[in-house]
Amino acid sequence: MSSIVKQIATLRPRYLLALALLAMPSAALADSDNYVDVARGKALVTAGDCVACHTAPGGTPFAGGLALQTPFGAIMTPNITPDNATGIGSWSADDFARAMHEGKRPGGTRLYPAFPYTYYTKVTRADSDAIFAYLRSLDPVSNTVNRNTLPFPFNIRSSMSAWNALFFTPGVFKPDPNKSEEFNRGAYLVEGLGHCGACHTPLNAFGANKSDKYLQGGQVDNWTAPNITNDARAGLGKWSVDDVVQYLKVGQARGVIASGPMKDVVENSTSKMSDADLKAMAVYLKERGATGSPAPSPVSADDGRMKVGEAIYVDTCSACHVRNGSGIEHVFPKLAGATIVAQDDPTSLIRIIIAGGRGAATDQRPTGPAMPSLGFRLNDEQIAAVVTYVRNSFGNAASPVTADAVKAVRGNVTGAAD
Amino acid sequence: MARRLPRKDVVIVGLGWTGSILALELARTGLNVVAIERGPWRDTAADFNIGTAPDELRYGVRHEMFLRPRQETMTMRNNSSQTALPIRKWGSFLPGNGVGGAGMHWNGQTWRFLPDDFRIRSHMTERYGEGILPEGNHIQDWPVSYDELEPFYDQFERCLGVSGKAGNLKGAIQAGGNRFEGARANEYPTPPMKQGYSQELFMKAASGMGLHPFPRPSANLSSAYTNQYGCSMAPCTYCGFCERFGCANSSKSSPQTCVLPALVREPTFEARTECEVMKVNLTGDGKMATGVTYVDANGEEWEQPADLVLVCAFSIFNVRLLLLSGIGKPYDAAKDEGVVGRNYAYQTGSGSTAFFEDAKFNPFAAAGSLGCALDDYNSDNFDHGPHGFVGGASITNAYTNGRPIMYHPTPKGTPTWGSAWKKAVHETYQRVTSVGAQGSVMSYRANYIDLDPTYKDPLGRPLMRITFDYQENERKMANFMAERCEEIAKAMGAKTATINRLNGPWSVIPYQTTHNTGGTVMGSDPTTSVLNRYLQSWDVPNVFVTGASAFPQNAGYNPTGTVGALTYWALDAILNKYLKSPGALVQK
Repeated sequence: MSSIVKQIATLRPRYLLALALLAMPSAALADSDNYVDVARGKALVTAGDCVACHTAPGGTPFAGGLALQTPFGAIMTPNITPDNATGIGSWSADDFARAMHEGKRPGGTRLYPAFPYTYYTKVTRADSDAIFAYLRSLDPVSNTVNRNTLPFPFNIRSSMSAWNALFFTPGVFKPDPNKSEEFNRGAYLVEGLGHCGACHTPLNAFGANKSDKYLQGGQVDNWTAPNITNDARAGLGKWSVDDVVQYLKVGQARGVIASGPMKDVVENSTSKMSDADLKAMAVYLKERGATGSPAPSPVSADDGRMKVGEAIYVDTCSACHVRNGSGIEHVFPKLAGATIVAQDDPTSLIRIIIAGGRGAATDQRPTGPAMPSLGFRLNDEQIAAVVTYVRNSFGNAASPVTADAVKAVRGNVTGAAD
Repeated sequence: MARRLPRKDVVIVGLGWTGSILALELARTGLNVVAIERGPWRDTAADFNIGTAPDELRYGVRHEMFLRPRQETMTMRNNSSQTALPIRKWGSFLPGNGVGGAGMHWNGQTWRFLPDDFRIRSHMTERYGEGILPEGNHIQDWPVSYDELEPFYDQFERCLGVSGKAGNLKGAIQAGGNRFEGARANEYPTPPMKQGYSQELFMKAASGMGLHPFPRPSANLSSAYTNQYGCSMAPCTYCGFCERFGCANSSKSSPQTCVLPALVREPTFEARTECEVMKVNLTGDGKMATGVTYVDANGEEWEQPADLVLVCAFSIFNVRLLLLSGIGKPYDAAKDEGVVGRNYAYQTGSGSTAFFEDAKFNPFAAAGSLGCALDDYNSDNFDHGPHGFVGGASITNAYTNGRPIMYHPTPKGTPTWGSAWKKAVHETYQRVTSVGAQGSVMSYRANYIDLDPTYKDPLGRPLMRITFDYQENERKMANFMAERCEEIAKAMGAKTATINRLNGPWSVIPYQTTHNTGGTVMGSDPTTSVLNRYLQSWDVPNVFVTGASAFPQNAGYNPTGTVGALTYWALDAILNKYLKSPGALVQK
């Protein structure tokens, strides 16, 4: 069965209810019973990867309840199914658009920017309505979520007006008339629904993305979100447009495999987007410019840490990643020249050795290979040495890693005190 | 009382090689498929960490991957005059447990049977006369030919990415491969594995004797590979932890590496693990299956109705399930009537252990299918006239492993403990190799499976009873092969070569091989077979049975290649014949 047929099949039972909802005064402006709108809304919800945050582990999709970890505390994501009491069943399309564009709930309470309205403000009203129409077509799920989990003083939602004044620029996306339609489409997706910058940009002390470091790499849940500007060293500079499309579509390209939160983004979102939209995003990312920190000089092979790291690499890593760091295509990621290795922030490398991880599994590349956790047999010093070795071998050059940095990541990902 | 679940199109019993391939291919046509597996879910990512997978005590000695005898065991005896007793600790063979089944804990040797094997009765009779067939035999031709199976062998080899060198491409003999093999349409998917020093000696010695050695086909892959389902594998690292272990490197072909990653993405597929199928349910007249009844991990009983029932458990467990379900007439050895349980067969092992004066074989750099073999003495590749037996063996020089706990060969006469033993292990470990013969076992009236009259499993069902012994024909054959192995071992330069003959009755204690065959054999005659040529039950046409239980007798090879080919062959019949017009595909 083709995916479009599946969509129709899954949407159809909802039409009747959607029709009934239309009779209500608060019904959506977009046609909830219009297949084209609903299908378009579904595609946009996929592009926005709404399901990733609005679903609790093992919970019903879109029914909320995931604890999003922020520097200020955990925020529980809300239920966005059309349940009247606990979801957005009583919302109008205007209410929904206000949330998307202004970060406000019906009645005016402010949302936290963990909901990336700072990006969604760029989404057109027509797209917002289509998203709303799709969400209305879902089965309503009764799921009450505690929306007040942040500690004082962050629990004072009105404080967000000051935050917004500092860090929020409302306004729908404006295409650049000097750029191609494709570039503008990509910009609209990356800067709007895709909200790529939310992870791939570092945060300031107020939890806002640093605008001067936009897309130069950030950190989320103890994973490094790499530089995705066109920077040749740490970004996409050496990647072709096709490489980027391939990565987003199947979860791997140039010998590297998406893992961590990007695995979920690929599996839930980008692998299901149209080729045209993926290409537009790739074109935009490649053309919008290159920024990043200057290349450090590699740590010398004679350095003691490098020698220890090499011994560990040969013993523990090389059977899969190969002695020269070339990896095995589609199964074991390449380390030579991999951008994740070249990031200033080594967190992903440290955590994946300690705790392991899975690669993305997609229809074209279903294997989803695994990195085993090795934290049980490598101590902080050893992990620091092998990460330093990998970051400064096979043509790579990046800052050395200390045992203290490993200890901190170990504490975060395993809860171990030491 | 079992609670009834919503109907499915297809229910599959057992999620190993055959079950997972059928599940994937049928789910992809849009059918709703549920697989019911009595063991746990296992996958490479979650279960086979490189830091813990090569744990010989846990997996090799304590049998982590295998069925617990208390879950199910079987009774055994050597002949009908004895009283069978239950096997309480696995020895002779190791039945798997859990997703992947035997395809997960195997070594990966993936052979095709030879064209003559499929018409062995006709062929031997034509060449030597009836007199060559042993007394009491049930040897019968397969209802399918090598040529018919060839495209399906090819499909299975591409699924696994088998590493090897063709010896016969479309009739043209190829240097470096097995010149005796049936014609292949295609080269192996990946090149042969790198061989060790011992194999180098074997190749040289055997060639010098006028024999035709070649690197054996291996499902421990020589190079990275992506199969027709998009599943990717990495090259083998020769760690030597294959049989009894899961592969942490994604290098050993298994349902886990080759099928499940694609299967779990199918929206119409569902797996229920730790659920034991009690029986296949039949309509009142016994002519159609209505589904299965199973017990889940909480002891709750469920009825799963389905239009099509695929019995895909491990070989001998298929036999028991059919007996427990009343599908097909049970074999009665006293009367030599009935079919289910008939023609149980096994495999012979014999050979020679070669001790060298000064060699370093590095057996720790090994793999389950690493090795070189020769087929000069297999099937009817040699003149059986002077020898008076039927059958043959593949002769192999191989290291499957050099693991520390269980691999410590010592010369005969060495004490089994103490300092003299330690000294011998130390001196021998690097200097010993072996030439082994894995031989065919014919089918006989005397060897069969039925339900035990005394012993029951925890669910109250009778255990199966295996009545088996090697017959004179097999002993003769195996001992002939042992002598050939000894000749080769000596030619390799061994200082001493001991000969390992097949003597005495079959014992369940030492490990021999998990190549149990027969019991639900396929055939052209419903009075001597359970299944028709498409693995479809003669009696209940919406039941198909896969696996080595379909073999009319066993050949001189590991069975998995043929099990896989038969699976794709049956799948083709299900897709192109059965689903279009459900019913018997061959009239009785």
